[in-house]
Amino acid sequence: MPPFGRSSRKDTPFPAFRTRETGFNLGAMLRYALHRLFSLTLSLMGASVVIFLVIEVIPGDSATFMLGLNATPETVAALREDLGLGGSLWERYWAWASGMVRGDFGTSYTYRVPVSDLVLDRLWVSLPLALYALSLSALIAFPVGLVAAAGRGTAADYGIMGATQLGIAVPNFWFAMLLVLIFAVNLQWFSAGGFPGWEHPGAAMKALTLPAIALALPQASILARVMRSAVLETLDQDYIRTARARGLSHRQAVLRHALRNALIPVLTIIGLQFSFLLAGAIIIENVFFLPGLGRLIFQGITQRDLVVVESVTMLLVFAVILVTFLVDLAYAAVDPRIRQT
Amino acid sequence: MRRFPLALWIGVALSALFLITALLSLVWVPHDVTRLVIAGRLQPASTTFPLGTDQFGRDILSMLMVGARTSIAVALVAVGIGMLIGVPLGLAAAALRGSLPDEIIMRGNDLIFAFPSLVIAILITAVFGPSAVNAILAIGIFNIPVFARVARGGALGVWTLDYILAARTAGKGRVRISAEHILPNIANLLIVQATIQFSLGILAEAALSYVGLGARPPTPSWGRMLAEAQTMIYTHPMLALLPGGAIMLMVLGLNLMGDGLRDLLDPRIRRARQ
Repeated sequence: MPPFGRSSRKDTPFPAFRTRETGFNLGAMLRYALHRLFSLTLSLMGASVVIFLVIEVIPGDSATFMLGLNATPETVAALREDLGLGGSLWERYWAWASGMVRGDFGTSYTYRVPVSDLVLDRLWVSLPLALYALSLSALIAFPVGLVAAAGRGTAADYGIMGATQLGIAVPNFWFAMLLVLIFAVNLQWFSAGGFPGWEHPGAAMKALTLPAIALALPQASILARVMRSAVLETLDQDYIRTARARGLSHRQAVLRHALRNALIPVLTIIGLQFSFLLAGAIIIENVFFLPGLGRLIFQGITQRDLVVVESVTMLLVFAVILVTFLVDLAYAAVDPRIRQT
Repeated sequence: MRRFPLALWIGVALSALFLITALLSLVWVPHDVTRLVIAGRLQPASTTFPLGTDQFGRDILSMLMVGARTSIAVALVAVGIGMLIGVPLGLAAAALRGSLPDEIIMRGNDLIFAFPSLVIAILITAVFGPSAVNAILAIGIFNIPVFARVARGGALGVWTLDYILAARTAGKGRVRISAEHILPNIANLLIVQATIQFSLGILAEAALSYVGLGARPPTPSWGRMLAEAQTMIYTHPMLALLPGGAIMLMVLGLNLMGDGLRDLLDPRIRRARQ
């Protein structure tokens, strides 16, 4: 440590400046959190109104759809009442929205069970699948992005960037079909679809492996590119030059300083990808016949089980808004400048 | 200045190839794609059928050519919808920065962003019937907030410049300034974004028609070719490889072109690269 680098807290040139900018100001953080919480509530209310209205304007009455063409008007009317389809628009919205706040998501028309039970059931497939895919994606993207950034302009960098372009361009359901063709049909390492349930954890994980790979490929490609540009961005910062001047090697500077700062945008993307994976698996779940949330909503749409569609869509939107809120809070906790606004 | 000229050229070449193929299919295809010839099903590649035939005896090359047309038409019109509605909204939000309309437009944008786009697209096409028009609408809606956000972000930067101040002192109103000075100066950003949304639109169209909610039969589309090939994949993998490869190459071309254009058009990146 060079002698001029030593300085005690006492002779910091701008003490006031220091506490305001680098100290963790709980009051400002709470104010910011409340502000964000308020806009989160507004977003949720807005989203629920939009979803409700979209479902309302859908042609084709659920009761008529369930009873078929030969039903008499009286039975249709009776079923409508039974399903809670009577009453004014406002009453129906209130019944649905207030029910959801209490955790009552309505009763599925076709399954005849509470939607919350169905969702909880399916979440046991969708949540592990999303986490599995996300871990794979991060495990691939972190080292790959770092290698590309560290070797900017080299053959490795060009190769990685070319490969990630391909990964983004591949439609994931097609990639899923190729995986089935290679690993399920030709090599017979995995089954082509279905889900055995969590009573057999090994078999369950195995059943989720091909879908997770199919989901992870485009996500990993995007993440690796974000990782690379984030690391490159931090490499240009003054504190990296300072670290190098202090005698750290290039590798040490990257690992100790650039990497940690580069993680902020990378974590944002991971947060967004997680909520996307929960909902975005809809097609992959269909390819592999997995009983997840995506398949639930897809079947709900085709069977006109509108309560399921309404409530599950709302849940997915809630997940996206919540993740965005948490990422914003994490940002503010890390970066004091954001709290000022 | 041009660090990756090769990638840009590959992108332009691939995009142009598919565009020309799609245009060519309007006037000429090797074989009629609506005629089913059961006797000539699943033929291997030959001089008459360069890529063979599918399980209904249709020429795969012709199917791919018309499929390119479907994909490009859907994605292009969806981008058009997004730009026509999103850009004016973004310009208005920037011109009225900090006001209530700005707040409403931007919060509305955030709201649409929060919706799982594929789920809503499936909902729209399932409810209003599978068709190319509904697929366009379903994809186009989600392009609106993207363009609004890009336009607003770019416009906010331009509004602070001196020549805008000069235009204001010359008595020009906000609408005229937006149209005459802001829009031309953010055109670069919009073109790059349009390329990206175009490629996302191709992927979305493929996904929708794969689950049977895109263009209706007999209009060929790449996504439905994949769906139809799925049961044949064990015996005739080429049926699935070709349309999937076409989607991949088209999207790859557009992405390479978008990235290349951004590097070329964005002066900040250009300076940083020197």
